[in-house]
Amino acid sequence: MADLITMDDLTNEEIVELLDIAQRLLPVAKGDVYAPLLQGKVLGNLFFENSTRTRMSFETAMKRLGGEVLNLSSIGSSVAKGETLYDTMQMVNGYTDIAVIRHPRQGAAQYSADAVEIPILNAGDGAGNHPTQTMLDLFTIREAHGTLEGLNVMLVGDLRFGRTTHSLSHALVRFGATLTLVSPKSLQMPAEIVSDLRSSGKDITETEDMSAEINSADVIYMTRIQKERFPDEDEYAKVAGIYKLTASDLGGAKGSMIVMHPLPRVNELCASVDSTKHARYFEQAFNGVPTRMALLCRSLGIKVPKKVT
Amino acid sequence: MAEMRRVTAICNGTAIDHIPSGHALQLLKMLRLDVGRSNPISLVMNVPSGKMGRKDVLKIEDRELNQEELDRLALIAPKASVAIIRNYAVAEKRRIDLGEELVNIARCSFSNCITQNPNEPLPHKLRVISADPLEIRCAYCERGQDIDEIADYIL
Repeated sequence: MADLITMDDLTNEEIVELLDIAQRLLPVAKGDVYAPLLQGKVLGNLFFENSTRTRMSFETAMKRLGGEVLNLSSIGSSVAKGETLYDTMQMVNGYTDIAVIRHPRQGAAQYSADAVEIPILNAGDGAGNHPTQTMLDLFTIREAHGTLEGLNVMLVGDLRFGRTTHSLSHALVRFGATLTLVSPKSLQMPAEIVSDLRSSGKDITETEDMSAEINSADVIYMTRIQKERFPDEDEYAKVAGIYKLTASDLGGAKGSMIVMHPLPRVNELCASVDSTKHARYFEQAFNGVPTRMALLCRSLGIKVPKKVT
Repeated sequence: MAEMRRVTAICNGTAIDHIPSGHALQLLKMLRLDVGRSNPISLVMNVPSGKMGRKDVLKIEDRELNQEELDRLALIAPKASVAIIRNYAVAEKRRIDLGEELVNIARCSFSNCITQNPNEPLPHKLRVISADPLEIRCAYCERGQDIDEIADYIL
C-alpha cells in the first residue's frame, strides 16, 4: 500500500504529478465542484497530539471527495488506558480504509505502517517528519514562483524540533534549492539531516542571523519555537522571541519573495506582515485541502480524472 | 601466535580472534553467553597483536556459533575472525556480515523513539547506512546511533 512516512517515499516526478493533481482538485477543495471520488471510503484521523490545520484539512479533503471520517484522540480513548500503538492500529485497520497519524513519539508513523495493511499518512511524528505539510508547502511555493527548481530558501526558527522544516528541507534540496538555515545554536537542524542535505552537493548555510539573506531570498519560511518540546521553562525562555519578522524588515526584499509559516504563530511573525504582498501563510493553510486530497487519492489507488467537473 | 599459548587449544567449539581490545565481555553479552550457560569459555584480553596493537580473543567450547549469532558481533567487532574448531583443527572459517538491517539485536537509543515503550511488540530495527565508517540509524525514528555507546543498547 502507498504509505507516506517521509519525503523519500516520493520521487520528484511523483511530487510534481501530485501537485498537478492537487491543482486540478482546487475547485473541489473550494467547494465549487462536488466530486465524490472517495465515496464509500473511510479515513481514520488519529491524532495522539494536538492539531488544528492538519486534522481539519484532512477531514475537509475527505468529506469534499465524498468520503467519511472517523476521529480518534488519545484523550478518553483506550490509548489513555495504556494501549500500545500496535493494538490501536489493529483496531483502526479493521474500521477504516486509510489512516492519518500524528503522534508525539518519533517513528510512530513508520511503526504503524509496519503494523497494519491499510495505507498510513504521517501527519507528524514527534520531531521527525511531516511530509503532507511539505506537499502543501511545495504547492504554495510553486503557485507563487511557477517552479520548484533552484530557489533560494531561508528556514527560520526551531529547526531542531521543527518537523515541518525537516521534511521540507529534504524535498527542497532535491529540487536544487539553496538553503539558509537560521536558528539559535541550541535549536539547529539535527546533524544527520544537515549531513543528508550536504550530500546532495548543494550549499547549506547555517547561521544565527536572520537579516543577512532576507533581500536575496525567494522564500522565507518562519517557524514557531515550540514551547511544548522543551523539557524546562528556563531553556525555552532563553530562545523564545529570538526572531521577529516585521513588515519593515521586508523593505529590500525581492518583489516575488513569499513569507510562509506552518502556523500557529506566536510572536516570530508580526501581524504587520499580513497586509504585505509577501504574506502567503493563510493561502498555505488552505492549500492543505487540495494537496491532501491528492495524497488520499494516491494512497487509495483512486485515479483523478484530467478534468474534474 | 603468542596469545594462543595463554589458553589451551580447544577440542570442539568456536574461536573468535581479532576482537577490539577490551570488548570481549561485551561480545559475550551480545552472544548471550554471559549467564546461564555451562560451556567452558576462555577469554583473553589486551594481548599484543601485530595487526591491531592489542586485541581480545574468545574461545567457546562445545558450541558452534551460527551465522545469525555471529552477525550480532558486527556492531562491535566487524573485523573479528571466526574459526569453527572440530577435533583441535580449524574446520571452517566464518565471516561476520553486518547486513543491511539489524533486527532485534540492539534497540534505538533515542529517548523519544516509539520503540521505547517496552510493551510495543514489533521488532527493534536498526538500518545500516554505511559500513565504513559505520553509520546506523533507527528504521522507525531515523535517529543516528552513537556507535561507541551501542553496546549499552544490545537486547
